[in-house]
Amino acid sequence: MKGESKGPAPRGATPSLQADLERLEQIVQSLQQEDLDLDKALALFEEGVGRLREARRRLTDAEVRLKQLRETADGSVDAADLG
Amino acid sequence: MNLELALAAAAPEDRPYTVTELVEGARDTINQLPPVWIEGEVSGFKEWSSGHWYFTLKDRTSAIACMVWSQDARRLAEAPEEGMKVYAQGRLSVYTEKGQLRFTIKQLLPRPEGGFHALKVERARKALEKDGLLDPARKRRLPVFPSRVGVVTSAEGAAWTDIVAVVTRRWPCCELILIATQVQGDNAPRAIIRALSVANRFEGLDVLIVGRGGGSKEDLIAFNDEAVARAVAGSRVPTISAVGHEIDTTLTDLVADLRVPTPSAAAEAAVPDRLELLRHLDGLRTHLGQAAGGRVESAGLRLAAAGSRMEGAVTRRVQDAGHRLRAAVRSMGTSCASRLAKQSALADQYGASLDALSPLKVLGRGYAVARAEDGQVLRTVGDLPAGRAFRLRVTDGEVPARSEAGS
Repeated sequence: MKGESKGPAPRGATPSLQADLERLEQIVQSLQQEDLDLDKALALFEEGVGRLREARRRLTDAEVRLKQLRETADGSVDAADLG
Repeated sequence: MNLELALAAAAPEDRPYTVTELVEGARDTINQLPPVWIEGEVSGFKEWSSGHWYFTLKDRTSAIACMVWSQDARRLAEAPEEGMKVYAQGRLSVYTEKGQLRFTIKQLLPRPEGGFHALKVERARKALEKDGLLDPARKRRLPVFPSRVGVVTSAEGAAWTDIVAVVTRRWPCCELILIATQVQGDNAPRAIIRALSVANRFEGLDVLIVGRGGGSKEDLIAFNDEAVARAVAGSRVPTISAVGHEIDTTLTDLVADLRVPTPSAAAEAAVPDRLELLRHLDGLRTHLGQAAGGRVESAGLRLAAAGSRMEGAVTRRVQDAGHRLRAAVRSMGTSCASRLAKQSALADQYGASLDALSPLKVLGRGYAVARAEDGQVLRTVGDLPAGRAFRLRVTDGEVPARSEAGS
């Protein structure tokens, strides 16, 4: 499915989730490779745990929202909730 | 009236039939048959200079010669092409000169699954290809974590229901947005193009599914419409084409960023599976714990090692400083001496050059310089009229002189 077409993968508009994931990978890498002092390492660890919790929450609490696009009288487009 | 009756009516009693009697009898009988529709495949089409069309219609086992009179040919817009499948309305007749059965056609229609339609699709495909719209390099990657998934399909169809079910299961953290459209019937192409325009005018769609559930070939015609394909190709939002048909590829399939066989497959391609992502997060949690643990441990070790190293380091540094000081003093002495030597050598060199340029050096070779009392150098005979007093500079001094009377 994905990865077979060309070009850079566009960022989805769930940037917070994507950003959380990218930051998490970065934190793990920093902790594994960099010559960090202990305070900084602990701060990174705490940040990582926080982001993990937030990402999990976003994935487990979510409920899909159904909408429908409508053209208004002035030609603009808006999204209305779908029952 | 049937053939037997027509021939019986014309039958002579005392001789065999002539060929003409037989053929014309057959013709007269056949001419009474009502007009019929037949279907067949066009073969050997030829348009004569008279404007009449001649070709053969055939199926798997039989063939019949066909013709279209020029006035009827003018009315039918397009000449049929080789292999085209058509419906034809006409009457059977007999070409008496050859005794041939012939079908004279008044109406000629493409069969939906072949004929003009297939030809039109093929022409459209070529046009899209020529414009570069089928180039695989055009295909964009889909977003990894979409938050708004648009679906251009019928509000009543199974496609929408299927997509809602898959997205609800896999990726409930998104909005699923329907852009309702008619997907079959004569107005479907225009409706789909309009829906695509609406979807593209709405800010924030990450991916757009265009499609419908399974249907017969005729039901999928709108997705083989060239204008629809161009609208899909022109979508600002990356597209997934899901026209429910496993076998045929529609034009929409060809131009979309991703082609899948069913709406459910489109939903799976559009969104990630959150269970997979949760597993990935668990993996990250483990890595994070290990990395942080390792960091704390190595910090403790480093602290101990640093303590034991410190004392030695201080001593070593004092020793180092002493060595460096002594070395510096030594090197200062030698460097001063060598610098002086270098400078005096340079001075000697400059002195020699200056000496070589001195005018005194020239006088030393036997030349002399005549100068007036005011020091002006006297160069020519004109500078030295008879009786003029001047001074002559030679290598070791100056002597007074006077010019004798000129020659």
